[in-house]
Amino acid sequence: MTETRDALAATRLERLRGGLKRRYAREMRFRMYGILAIAVAVAFLALLLGRIVEQGHTAFYAHEVSVPVYLDPAKIDPSYPQGTNFEQMVAEQQLATQGLSGDAAGPMAAEMRGLFSSELKFQVAEQVAADPSLIGQTVTFDVPVSDDADLFFKGKISRDTPSEQRRLTDRQIGWLDQMEDAGRVHSHFNARLFTSGDSTEAELAGVLGAVVGSALMLMVTALLAIPVGVAAAVYLEEFAPRNRLSALIEVNINNLAAVPSIVYGLLGLALFINWMHLPRSSPLVGGLVLALMALPTIIIATRSSLKAVPPSIREAALAMGASRTQTVFQHVLPLALPGVMTGAIISLAHALGETAPLLLIGMVSFIPGVASSITEPSGALPSLIYIWENASERAFHERTAAAIMVLLAFMIVMNAAAILLRRHFERRW
Amino acid sequence: MTLTVLLIVILLAAAAFVLGRRRAARRAEALTGRARAHSRPVQHGAYAMIWVAAPALFVLIALSILSGPISHQLIQTGQPEAVERLEGFRKNAFVADAARVADGEPAQAIWEPEVAQHLAPEGARAARIQTTLMWAGVVGALLAGLVGGLVAFMRIRPDFRARNRVEGWIVGLLLVCSAIAILTTIGIIASLLIDATRFFSAVPLPEFLFGTQWSPQTAIRADQVGSTGAFGALPLFAGTFLIMLIAMAVAAPVGLFAAIYLSEYAGAASRAIIKPVLEILAGVPTVVYGFFAALTVGPAFREGFNTLGRWLVGGPLDGLGQYLMLVQNQMALVAGAVMGIMLIPFVSSLSDDILNAVPQSLRDGSYAMGATKSETVSRVLMPAALPGVAGALLLAMSRAIGETMIVTMAAGLAARLTLNPLDTVTTVTVQIVTLLTGDQEFNSTKTLAAFGLGLTLFVVTLALNVIAQRIVQTYRQQYD
Repeated sequence: MTETRDALAATRLERLRGGLKRRYAREMRFRMYGILAIAVAVAFLALLLGRIVEQGHTAFYAHEVSVPVYLDPAKIDPSYPQGTNFEQMVAEQQLATQGLSGDAAGPMAAEMRGLFSSELKFQVAEQVAADPSLIGQTVTFDVPVSDDADLFFKGKISRDTPSEQRRLTDRQIGWLDQMEDAGRVHSHFNARLFTSGDSTEAELAGVLGAVVGSALMLMVTALLAIPVGVAAAVYLEEFAPRNRLSALIEVNINNLAAVPSIVYGLLGLALFINWMHLPRSSPLVGGLVLALMALPTIIIATRSSLKAVPPSIREAALAMGASRTQTVFQHVLPLALPGVMTGAIISLAHALGETAPLLLIGMVSFIPGVASSITEPSGALPSLIYIWENASERAFHERTAAAIMVLLAFMIVMNAAAILLRRHFERRW
Repeated sequence: MTLTVLLIVILLAAAAFVLGRRRAARRAEALTGRARAHSRPVQHGAYAMIWVAAPALFVLIALSILSGPISHQLIQTGQPEAVERLEGFRKNAFVADAARVADGEPAQAIWEPEVAQHLAPEGARAARIQTTLMWAGVVGALLAGLVGGLVAFMRIRPDFRARNRVEGWIVGLLLVCSAIAILTTIGIIASLLIDATRFFSAVPLPEFLFGTQWSPQTAIRADQVGSTGAFGALPLFAGTFLIMLIAMAVAAPVGLFAAIYLSEYAGAASRAIIKPVLEILAGVPTVVYGFFAALTVGPAFREGFNTLGRWLVGGPLDGLGQYLMLVQNQMALVAGAVMGIMLIPFVSSLSDDILNAVPQSLRDGSYAMGATKSETVSRVLMPAALPGVAGALLLAMSRAIGETMIVTMAAGLAARLTLNPLDTVTTVTVQIVTLLTGDQEFNSTKTLAAFGLGLTLFVVTLALNVIAQRIVQTYRQQYD
C-alpha cells in the first residue's frame, strides 16, 4: 500500500517538476514580451528623433557663391535700375567667362540662371539704386545659390543619378564644380532660416513668421485659458454645491477633453469666422480655438492640485474667521499655485503642437510676412511644417525637419520649465 | 478704440474704488457708541468698483461678440439690386472690396460696371454702420458703468454688508467661468448641427450614411461636365475603421505589455527612465508623426513590399507579387502603424493606472498559492482589471478615429470601400480637412459636407468616450 502511495507521490512530483520548468519558461517569455513592448516604444522614439535630426541638420547651413557682376551701363537704366533683368545679365556674363556668348549662350542662360537664388536680382538692384555711380564697374556679390544647387553641395543630389531623374543637368553640375574649385562657394550658418518669413523659394524661406504667429497665438491662449480655467476649477472644487448642475459640468469637462481637435477647428470656423467675422488666419482666432481646447485640461490639472492641498489648511483659516472666499484666495490657491502653473504650462505646450484646428481656420494659406498684431494673417509653426511637408521641392524637406526641431525645442523648453517649477515648489503634505 | 474704452472703464473703476473706500471710512468714523461698520472700507471700495466695471464690461463684451454679425447683417440687407443678384461668396467679396474702395485703395476683384458703381457708396455706408455701432457700444458701456457706480455709491452705509456682496460677485464670476465649459459644448453642437442640417436637407441622411460613392466635387458652373457630386460616406467610414483597427492592433498589445511590465516587473530605477520616454512619445505633436509617416515609414514600407513583390513574381504567388510591386507610399498600413505607435503611451499610461488600482491583496493571494508573476497577471489581475482596460482601449479607439494629421499626411485621398491594408484609403478627418482648406465657397454642399462629417465624428467619439468613462468609473468604484 505505502509503496504505491510513494510511487504516486513520486510521479506527481515528477510531473510538477516538469510543469515547473514549463511555467518558468512561460514566465520568462511573458517578461520578454514586456521588455519587447518597451523596446518598441523606445526604439521608435529614437528612430523618430534620429531621422528628424538626420534630415534636418543640413538645413542649418547653406551655400553662398561670390559672383563678380559687371554692371553694364548698356543694360541698366540709372533712373530705373529695378527694371533691368539682372539675372539674365549675370547669367550671360557667367557664360561669357566660359567662352560662350551670343547665340551659343542663349538656351543655356536659363540653366545658368537656375543656379542662383532670385535674391541675386534684389541685391544687385538695391546696390545700384543706393549708389548709381557703381554702374560701369564690376562688383562682387555674395548670393545664396538656388535650392537645387544647395542640395548638390550638401551631397543630396548625386551626380551618379541618371540626368533625367536629376533636377540639375550635367552642364549645371559642371559649372557648380568649377565654381567650387575656384573657391567661390562657401557654406555658412543659415541665419535666414530664423530671420525671414515663409517664401515660395526654399533657399529664402524661414520660420520667423511662423514662430511669431505661434507666440502671438499662445499669448492669446494663455491670457484666456489660464484665468478662466483656474476660476472654473476653483468653483468646481471649492464652491460648487453637490447638485445636478455641478455633476453636469463635470461630465461635460471630461468629455470636452476627449473631443477630437478637428471638431474644435469646425467650431472655430463656424463661430469665430463665419458668424463673428473675425479675420481668417489670424492668431486671434487660432488663440481662441486653442484656448477652448486647452480649457478642459487646465481645469482638470488645477482641480487635482487644489485637491492636494490638505483640508486642515481650509479648516484653520475658517476657524480664524476667514470667509470661504478669503480662505480659498488667500490660503488654498497660493498653496496650489505651483501645481496649477505646471499643469497650465504643459497644456500650453500641447496647444503649441496642435495642428488640425489651425488648418480649418485658414492657417494653411501661404503667408510670407511676419505678423505684427493678433488680427493680421499669420502662419504658425505646426501649420508651416504641414505646408512645407506638402511642398514638392526637395529642399523643403530638410527645412521641414528643421522647423520640427525648432518646434520640439520650444516644447522641450516649456516642459522643462514645468518640471523645474514642480521640482522647486512642489510640497508634500 | 476698444482698448481706449477699456482703459477708461478701468480708470473709472479705480476711481470708484478709491471714492467708495473713502466714503465708507468717513461714515464708519462718524459712528458713535458700540456700533461698528459691518465691512471694511476696502470691501466697500471693491463693491463700488465691481458695479462700475461689471455693467460696462458686459456691454463691451456683448458688443465685441455681436458687432460682427449685426453689422454684417445690416450691410447685407440694404444693398442695391445689382449686388443682391451676386452669389453668396461674391457678395462677401463685394463688401470687402467696398470697404477697400471707400478707404481709397483699389478693389481686389474685377467687377462688372453696374456693380462697380456701387462700390464707393456701399463702402461708405458700411463704414457708417460700423462707426455708429461702435459709438453706440462705447456710449452704452460708459453709461452702464456710471449708472452702476452711482447706485453702488448710494448704498455705502456702515451697516451695508459689502463683503458678502463682493464675495457673491466673485463666486458668480467663478460660476460663469465654469459654465464656459458647457457653453463650449453647446457651441460645438450648435455649430455642427446648423450646418449639418443644411447639408442633410440637400443630401438625405441614409444616402450619406450608406452611399458607397464619395466624390464631393460639385459643379461651380452649370455647364461643367461630370461633377454632380456624390456624398456617400461609407468608404470614409470604412477607411477610418480600417486605420483604427490597424492602429489598435499595434497599440493594444504593445501598450498593454508596456503597462504590465511597468507596473509588475520594472523596478523604481527602470521606471524612472521608461516613464519619461513614454511621456516624450506622448508629447510629440501629431504633425511630427505625420511627417515621419509620410517621408520615412511610407517609403520604407513601399520599398519593402516592392522588394518582396519582385521576389515573388514568377513563383507560385505571381499574382500577389505583381500586386506588391505596385504598392504606393500612401497605404492604410503606414498611417495605421504610426498612429498605433502614437497611441502606445496613451494606452500604457491608462492601463498602468488601472493595474495599479487592483488591490495588492489579490496579488498576494495569488503568490501565496504559488503562482508565478505571469500567471498572476493573466489569471488574476487581467480578469479583475478587464473592464478598466476595455475602457482604456475604447478611449484609444476614439482618439484613433478623431486623429487628423497622421492620416492627412500619410493616408491619401482616394475614397475606396476596401479592407486591404496595402490600399490607399481616406478617412473622415482627412476629408474634413480637404473640403475646408484651400479656396472654398461658403454654403456650397461641398463645404457643408464637412460639417456633416464633423457631426458624425463628434457623435461617434462622444459615444465611445461616454461608454468608456462609465466603464472606468464603475471599475474604480469597485475597488475604492
